[in-house]
Amino acid sequence: MAVLVIADHDNATLKDNTHKVVTAAQAIGGDVDVLVAGAKVGDIAAAAAKIAGVRKVLTAESAELGQGIAEAVADLIVGLAGGYDAILTPATSQGKNFSPRVAAKLDVAQISDVTDVVSADTFTHPIYAGNAMETVQSGDAKKVLTVRPTAFKAAAEGGSAKVESVAAPGAPAKVHFVDQKIVKSARPDLGAAKIVVSGGRAMGSAEEFQKVIEPLADKLGAAVGASRAAVDAGYAPNDYQVGQTGKVVAPELYIAIGISGAIQHLAGMKDSKVIVAINKDGDAPIFQVADFGLVSDYKTAVPDLMAALTAAGK
Amino acid sequence: MKVLVPVKRVIDYNVKARVKSDQTGVDLANVKMSMNPFCEIAVEEAVRLKEKGVATEVVAVSVGPAQASETLRTALAMGADRAILVQTDQDLEPLAVAKVLKAIIGEESPDLVLMGKQAIDGDNNAVGQMLSAILDWPQATFASEITVAGGKAKVTREVDGGLQTLEVNLPAVVTADLRLNEPRYASLPNIMKAKKKELAVKELASLGADTAPRLKVVKVTEPPKRTAGIKVETAGDLVTNLKTAGVL
Repeated sequence: MAVLVIADHDNATLKDNTHKVVTAAQAIGGDVDVLVAGAKVGDIAAAAAKIAGVRKVLTAESAELGQGIAEAVADLIVGLAGGYDAILTPATSQGKNFSPRVAAKLDVAQISDVTDVVSADTFTHPIYAGNAMETVQSGDAKKVLTVRPTAFKAAAEGGSAKVESVAAPGAPAKVHFVDQKIVKSARPDLGAAKIVVSGGRAMGSAEEFQKVIEPLADKLGAAVGASRAAVDAGYAPNDYQVGQTGKVVAPELYIAIGISGAIQHLAGMKDSKVIVAINKDGDAPIFQVADFGLVSDYKTAVPDLMAALTAAGK
Repeated sequence: MKVLVPVKRVIDYNVKARVKSDQTGVDLANVKMSMNPFCEIAVEEAVRLKEKGVATEVVAVSVGPAQASETLRTALAMGADRAILVQTDQDLEPLAVAKVLKAIIGEESPDLVLMGKQAIDGDNNAVGQMLSAILDWPQATFASEITVAGGKAKVTREVDGGLQTLEVNLPAVVTADLRLNEPRYASLPNIMKAKKKELAVKELASLGADTAPRLKVVKVTEPPKRTAGIKVETAGDLVTNLKTAGVL
């Protein structure tokens, strides 16, 4: 039994998601190898080799792998698949882009967003935006999974796996990279942030959203989110949207400000560890899922909260 | 240029899914069903391509029960030219849906398959990528902008932390993300017109695709319930509580 974990990285550093998926792989059992595919991955592979319990780290380098071209990444993995019983990928945008290709090329099912490994062939994952948890048993010879990193603890450091390079596949003929614009935000990525501060329709305007939500987020080192209502009203950009049709987040702390708590929104944040709701309507559904509720107009509550955080040394 | 748009009938996004008490699945009896939101975005984009004179024909296709014809009528009312229902009462897995779509594509020979990135029932986010893989067509997923010219599609994609632009040779499979457009509401005259548009019904078995399930559903359960916590009186109390909870 052997499991291949596809490393998550940004061509510069190894992401913690990799450690978490290694934990999922260890729950399946057998030898765990990590594949680092990218443009220049020496340092990333060295970091992956330090994850405790990893047998070996495979590296492959090409321009297309660095660009994350799905055809190239999938071809590489399919070429390596013979030696593995399961292939696990972090359920990031990048992972979701290539992993189903791997499954289809191997003619097996993909189980998406796995949150629990029940046994080597049985897995639980959320469906209906997390309103139901489905446990499925795979009859396929090879299991192809994307794994939701927030559902697993990161594997410890302390390993010293050997690093081996493998040949990268040729460049795909029918797809060409044009360019990439990664937003250089001082704020953490919404999907990976430990704290998320979200604003709703109560903000009333884009200016108010920026004036209220963003300084609080910056004070907490948090990512900024928004409800669909706020996005639809044009108060916040679309990629801020937390919810069933936006991003699903599970930070340590989620602060919902002026958000009523539509089903759509709850589906995207209810797995957060601690939820805070600030809303002037004490009957808003958001309070039914909030650990701490403050029934107050955000116009006074947010400045008070800023002051209380300063007083607490934040 | 012909555009094929696969669409799915799913639980309406405003309805909370409820798990059946026998843990066999989600209760869809007497629940409002609608077109999957990402499929609506794909239909909208295809219709816009036609309005710009880039596409000549938009064909909507759905794989599902007889009632999925209502979803196809919605696509027709939005501006699709004709529709195909592959009728089945089986709940097909993404790989099976991809194989069924491949069979339809064999008959229709579209230049572009434009579809939602995921359905909000299974949330698999897999069919488009799988279809691209088994057709050996290029893929561009999570599109927020599409321009088609000279036998190529230039697609801006939502990636972790930003945007990536790819150019794919046609035919290709493109999946739609939220930011691509805001779908229109079908007007009453267009809803009436849609009733007269062609909607062909095919039996799943007639396509000869391998749709055998690979997964056995062991159980479907409710997620761990969150319970309401406490109300605090002041922002100061809130900060104290958050410190105690260890999240600040």
